[in-house]
Amino acid sequence: MDLTLSPAEEAFRDELRSWLEANNPGREPAGDEAAFEFRKDWQRQLNDAGWAGVSWPKEYGGRGATLVEQAIFNEEVVRARTPSVANVLALAMGGPTVIAHGTEEQRKRFLPPILSADEIWCQGFSEPGAGSDLASLKTRAVRDGDEWVVTGQKVWTTFAHHAKWCMLVARTDPDAPKHKGLTYFLMDMEQDAVQVRPLRQITGESEFNELFMEEARIPHENIVGNEGEGWAVAITTLMHERATLAFGLQVSVQIALRELLETAHETRGLNGGVATEDPVIRQRLAQLMIESEVLRLNAYRGLSAIMRTGVPGPEGSLGKWHWSEVNQSLAELAMEIAGPRAMLSEDSWSYRFLRSRANSIEGGTTEILKNIVAERVLGLPRMR
Amino acid sequence: MNFGFTDDQQAIKRTAREFLDARYPLATVRTLAEDERGFTDEQWAELVELGWPGVIVPEERDGLGLGAVELVVIAEEMGYALAPSPWFSTTCAALLLCAAGSDAQLERWLAPLARGEVRGTVAVWDENSGPAPDHSEVETSADGTLTCVKIAVPDAASADFLVVSGADGRHWVVERSAEGVSIEPEEAIDPTRKLFRVVLSAAPADPLEFAPEAVARAYATIVTLLAAENVGAGQRAMEMAVEYAKDRTQFDRPIGAYQAVSHRCAQMLLEVEGSRSLCYWAGWALAHEPETGPRAASMAKAYAGDAGFRVAASALQVHGGIGFTYEHDLHFFLKRAHANAHAFGDSRWHRDRVADLAGV
Repeated sequence: MDLTLSPAEEAFRDELRSWLEANNPGREPAGDEAAFEFRKDWQRQLNDAGWAGVSWPKEYGGRGATLVEQAIFNEEVVRARTPSVANVLALAMGGPTVIAHGTEEQRKRFLPPILSADEIWCQGFSEPGAGSDLASLKTRAVRDGDEWVVTGQKVWTTFAHHAKWCMLVARTDPDAPKHKGLTYFLMDMEQDAVQVRPLRQITGESEFNELFMEEARIPHENIVGNEGEGWAVAITTLMHERATLAFGLQVSVQIALRELLETAHETRGLNGGVATEDPVIRQRLAQLMIESEVLRLNAYRGLSAIMRTGVPGPEGSLGKWHWSEVNQSLAELAMEIAGPRAMLSEDSWSYRFLRSRANSIEGGTTEILKNIVAERVLGLPRMR
Repeated sequence: MNFGFTDDQQAIKRTAREFLDARYPLATVRTLAEDERGFTDEQWAELVELGWPGVIVPEERDGLGLGAVELVVIAEEMGYALAPSPWFSTTCAALLLCAAGSDAQLERWLAPLARGEVRGTVAVWDENSGPAPDHSEVETSADGTLTCVKIAVPDAASADFLVVSGADGRHWVVERSAEGVSIEPEEAIDPTRKLFRVVLSAAPADPLEFAPEAVARAYATIVTLLAAENVGAGQRAMEMAVEYAKDRTQFDRPIGAYQAVSHRCAQMLLEVEGSRSLCYWAGWALAHEPETGPRAASMAKAYAGDAGFRVAASALQVHGGIGFTYEHDLHFFLKRAHANAHAFGDSRWHRDRVADLAGV
């Protein structure tokens, strides 16, 4: 057991840190369009310096770094409070899926513009009638010569209004069992048959969209993996989502907790003292420190298990579920510390408080994650 | 960066699991739970054979010279087996001696302890102690005697010496057979660890050196061991619950197919794995990153203290009525996890310490 970085890992971190210090463009401007352009510029800057596809193979424009180095990268960018990158879904999920399941032509065609942010990606999985039961999705794709014709509706498609490509899972064989009849496509968003409508969420903004397809066209060569094997390909995408985001998420919790501590030191608590002198608040702050440490340690344990055995350990399935609980408790505590100001929608805490309600739903509901743990890790019988 | 055990540590874990599986089946645990002493000389001799009393003792004092990670590995397996044994109390005494023993004390007590010739324990709590483990009411005299009442002292009757804590981090070695030492068994909730009331009436006492930082590190290791026991006990209770949920049928299906049950089991895994990560980290930090050690230890103790009990309680709920019977073995794990949560500072005390150390 050695929880320190090796000299090579330390050198990687130091190089990255000084690069981030010198190049961090700071806070993004207000307004959706301006902010998105800003994120694109930032991603290009990262890519020019070879920091966009950190663990991607060198032959496709990546850095070829180890998993530990990818984890260090994810931690350091959050720590440095850099802006988000524009093409986050393609970098975290779409690209790795094409690397794992795509043809050589697809890798050459799709990977470079992901890194350069020239082509933004979105994810068309969920549907109004297919949330947790994703495999029951109804969007249909029908073969027409060298093309597929797609009709249906998707929902919760982040960045759809900026996207050139959509990772689309559609039903290509309605007669097959529900997991078997699916195919994974890359759909061009720039066609009239695809309509995007923003969804306003409880925070007031619109991160997500609804997607309507009315006989949209996809060339046959844009299938990733094989026809009818879309479920397995989609699972790869979701595994990447859970594995690689864990590091950034746990660091963002640590940073938020540090900020909450600062706030608590300056806020009045019970009996006229500051909030940090309130024993109940102290207990809850300490519990959050402990839980956020668990998030960090589990992320590293999971990584060590992958490096040793090639597969994530049991703690891998726990990370996203646990993170959503910790992040929600953190935001709830922030509201308690805020006192009557908790009624006002005036700062980043009130935003964080509302936004955190989605954490236990997005990317797999807590209930589905518990099912996965119960069935695949503990071996309990399936309910269905 | 590698969050896994070395080959040697894995070998210790494997040996411990196999040995404890073979020698401490639950029928044996039950027999020892009902026995006043709680272990036999043969059982102790086997642990001595493995070198376990002296895991942390330096090689020049006849120990194995290993570190906190190896202790954590053994403690986790001891918790998993729930093996009744004076190993924990003796290890506590060894840790405090290593921290603050004089040369003469190390020669007199530590080396024989490592060779398995003597056993020790720690006497920490007064009748008036609240949740804080550092509270102490001990009267000292000019001629070097101690007068006090200590409660819930583990394995005191079978120990050869006691390390007794006083105010301000001072400690003394008291021989069990000395004049003025009286020891009475207490009714312990957890019958797999024997607790005693120790009354010292002007008992001769040999002070340890005053080394508050080293002593604080020793206590940090002790609480990490209790946390590790709770990882093992929680793991075992979870395994029992999962097995039962697969076998037990109600309304024509295994109860584990109901989410009210299966999600409970998933929650157990979350808490056991979280406890495990914190314990391994604390063990590593105590051995390799001393500035982080105390914080990590308190985090592990607070989290695993709560989690161990919650997991065992949840496992009892999964078992339904059968889990409430004395005949079922589950309650032993519940009781150990509960007792560990309240020993050497409860979760509340350790969370407060975490807040202190973080400058809250």
